[in-house]
Amino acid sequence: MVERASIEAYVDGPLLVRGDVDILDKNGHPVERTRATVALCRCGVSAIKPFCDGTHKAVHFKTDPDGPVS
Amino acid sequence: MYSPELVRPVRFIAPPFTDRGQVSRHLLHALATPVALADDELESFQAALASALASTTDIVRDDDLQLTLFVLYGLAYGSVVDCDERWEWNTALIAGRASIESHFEEHLRAVVPQPELPASTAEAVAAALFELTSHETGPSLARFLAKKATVEQLREFLVQRSIYTLKEADPHSWAIPRLTGRPKAALVEIQADEYGGGRPERMHAAIFARTMRGLGLDSRYAAYVDNVPAVTLASMNMMSMFGLNRRLRGAIVGHLAAFEMTSSIPNRHYGNGFRRLDFGPDVTLYFDEHVEADAVHEQIAGRDLAGALAEDQPTLLADIMFGASACLTVDGWASETILEAWTSHRSSLRVPLQGFSETGMR
Ligand code: FES
Repeated sequence: MVERASIEAYVDGPLLVRGDVDILDKNGHPVERTRATVALCRCGVSAIKPFCDGTHKAVHFKTDPDGPVS
Repeated sequence: MYSPELVRPVRFIAPPFTDRGQVSRHLLHALATPVALADDELESFQAALASALASTTDIVRDDDLQLTLFVLYGLAYGSVVDCDERWEWNTALIAGRASIESHFEEHLRAVVPQPELPASTAEAVAAALFELTSHETGPSLARFLAKKATVEQLREFLVQRSIYTLKEADPHSWAIPRLTGRPKAALVEIQADEYGGGRPERMHAAIFARTMRGLGLDSRYAAYVDNVPAVTLASMNMMSMFGLNRRLRGAIVGHLAAFEMTSSIPNRHYGNGFRRLDFGPDVTLYFDEHVEADAVHEQIAGRDLAGALAEDQPTLLADIMFGASACLTVDGWASETILEAWTSHRSSLRVPLQGFSETGMR
């Protein structure tokens, strides 16, 4: 059985991606992925985009508490 | 009793470090002996331990007691003292360990600030842990490493870290069978990544060993025990105590959450320090890996591990927050000790490293 991939939102932080998906850069080239679960930056300030590097905390990034996915 | 002639003399390799007082001396002597022949040494060990515990004033900085505890935990981990493996469950040593643990835990509970308790929901606990860890003082050491540290200081830093990092993730793994359901799945998700996701060469401890070798250091476990101060051993011992006592599973979970939450940003600074002195990707991979990995782990550790555990077992909430605060406090002391030494142009080590020439090392 192949499990479906999931993208999960974490409050005031990144999106965690689990499962088999290709992450492509702006030119359509695959981004190297070295771990099973990755965090995608959604605050815009990470130095290792598309991945999160924890800097969202330093800029006090806040997600919408009333939004559909926090 | 066996007579010595009946027991084939077994030769064990002498440990790569020396004792720091009566307690660790008797322990190391006992471990050099087969279990059945060590009664006298054990008696001396117990007597020395009782008197050391009665007189110690700061167990975190007590060299003899921290080394003793480190060696005792080493019987469960391996790679510390080569000895008869039956020593691991020897009742006299287990009793000795329990008596040091009881003083150590009591001391930590007295000196570590107990944070205010959030509601027992996953989101509230994650938010409280992120808030608590946002005040940590560690980055000053990270900034020093990024901007000012010399090659000797980088080497000292790796030596200090090696006590934990060559066994990276192991102390927290003791908690896996002690959890159930969501927190267990979360811990396994983090630890699987720590252990390289099935690729031994990507195990964090193995990547760190390559970094050590890249600076000409010995990456065998326990090679630098003599060099590190008691507080560095205390940091590792605290994790082992939290991990090996099921009763303290809340504390080891909180510890891991705080550890992950204070890792990504400092690791970027560490990596920059090594790049500044022209070390290449073989050396900096460890730090770069942690910038990305721990940004994932901190999310899982906050909400799905610590948060879910608090939701499932609200009685563990206080220990989750205590474990997080203990991580920040003790690792804060360890970092301060290093930084204080360096800013006053001293070695941060108990025994400075010898025999490095700074030419041709990179
Ligand atoms: S979401 Fe973490 S750095 Fe942007």
